[in-house]
Amino acid sequence: MTSNPGRTGFVLLLLAILATLPLWMTSLYYVNIASQILFWAVFALGLNVLVGYGGLVSLGHAGLFGFSGYVAALLMVNGYSHAAALPAAIIGTLLMTAVFAALALRSTGISFLMITLALGQILWGIAYRWADVTRGDNGVNVAGRPSPFGIDLTEPRAFYVAVFITFILCLLSMLALVRSPYGASLRGTRDQPRRMRALGFNVWMIRFIAFLFSGFWTAVAGILFIYYNQFISPQVMALQTSAEALLMVISGGTATLAGPVVGAAIVVIMKNVVSAYVERWNMVLGIIFVLIISFMPEGLVPGTARLWRSMMGRRRAAKMPLGLKVAGEGSR
Amino acid sequence: MSALTVNGLCKSFGGLHVTRNVHLNVEPGERRLIIGPNGAGKTTLFNQITGDLKPNSGAISLLGKDITKVPPRLRAHLGLARTYQIITLFPRDTILRNVTLALLGLSKLRWNPFVPLDRQTALMEKAEEALGRVGLAGLKDRPLAETSYGERRRVEIAMALAQDPKVLLLDEPFAGLSADERHGIAKLLASIPRDVTMVMIEHDMDVALDFADRITLLHFGEVIVEGSRAEVVADPRTREVYLGA
Repeated sequence: MTSNPGRTGFVLLLLAILATLPLWMTSLYYVNIASQILFWAVFALGLNVLVGYGGLVSLGHAGLFGFSGYVAALLMVNGYSHAAALPAAIIGTLLMTAVFAALALRSTGISFLMITLALGQILWGIAYRWADVTRGDNGVNVAGRPSPFGIDLTEPRAFYVAVFITFILCLLSMLALVRSPYGASLRGTRDQPRRMRALGFNVWMIRFIAFLFSGFWTAVAGILFIYYNQFISPQVMALQTSAEALLMVISGGTATLAGPVVGAAIVVIMKNVVSAYVERWNMVLGIIFVLIISFMPEGLVPGTARLWRSMMGRRRAAKMPLGLKVAGEGSR
Repeated sequence: MSALTVNGLCKSFGGLHVTRNVHLNVEPGERRLIIGPNGAGKTTLFNQITGDLKPNSGAISLLGKDITKVPPRLRAHLGLARTYQIITLFPRDTILRNVTLALLGLSKLRWNPFVPLDRQTALMEKAEEALGRVGLAGLKDRPLAETSYGERRRVEIAMALAQDPKVLLLDEPFAGLSADERHGIAKLLASIPRDVTMVMIEHDMDVALDFADRITLLHFGEVIVEGSRAEVVADPRTREVYLGA
């Protein structure tokens, strides 16, 4: 984690553009697109905790995402206030995440992926079939958005600001995690679980906590999703949503902070903007992903950074005659 | 009280008996060398002592405490550390970060998600001190992927030493090293104070002979000979195993 002033400046500039977006963006349509990008980014960042830093690829996160949305939506439909529904959705999703984690963390790798996939599909099946409670395929309508501090979030710009603030909190929590001793422990369990055990780490518990942390932001994203769409149906919990979130993480770059955000932006823009011009936008999305995987298998953000470094390196190498690489001084 | 005791340890994979009724008693401060040809069950024995493998029967105790059923991570907290024959480090991190992880393993900080790790100066200083002991202080910021094999062996030892172990298990610390490098590691091991008990596995007897107070010869999972350096070297069975009957 070397901090480099150029990069920090670039990130701050981007964040400033995002923060002031409601002021200069005249089209409400694009304000809404920006909101979507940011709450999908929260989802992808949450998933990235497991996939990127924990090395645990989950295909069941849509289940948790939708679970949170359903709990909030159903409570509100049954007369509970926003203030009651939101904490209930988050706590409920955390409990469900604990169940997911307890079952899936019995293994890693492909088995972990399959168990999370199965658990996600079970939740999807319940949402789809238990129509008495979930209203099945008809879905649940969410009456309105809350008005925190008297600010009505029905207005798209106000809603965007709320999403942006949530996104920043999420990003800050990720930054703290990555730099913290716990974050180092988590990455250690990804790279050398056996060694970590021998060094005294409780690998299972470290992963369990990571799963809960991931579940928390997934729950938050689920709530933002239903407020944005004012509607939730079983489709949200389907495998496709899990796969999309995973694509966001992988295409942007796992184990990076910017990667999942960039990945979320690509998918949302493809789905909403490009689809207006290109009928086969799904194919365009597919081609983009194939290109990313072919030329930047590590993801867009690290891949671009690599290209940038090698370009700068070449420029510097052109100025320097010889001995670009300092030979290792040797230690013995 | 012994530093490490192994009592009637047995382990088999299917029909293959890799540990057969092994008894081992290592005194505090002792340097014990476990030798044996390939496939003698040396590393399997280590894996049972650290808890990576569960024995079929028998008992292991560390500093008088029965640890047979204690999970591996708690054995580390009781003062057991090891190095690996097949280097097992964190390739994406720097040398310093590797050692820092070893320190974190025994520190409450490892659960802390709020403070930046880089600012934990006390921890960093301890890590640098451990690197100094193995002669790598100048390379602390080098990514592990850019280090030599010999340097990685040293990082392995630095990580174990950083944990201030009471019993240190060294699994072929000379494997794959040049004569020069071996000499360096031997000197390094000789400098470790006697309050650390050390058990070393070595495949090649000549390399590690100077290290040992006592030697245990393992063959097909069984203890064949055990005794002082001179006794084991002089024993005809040692010759038989090493030179072939």
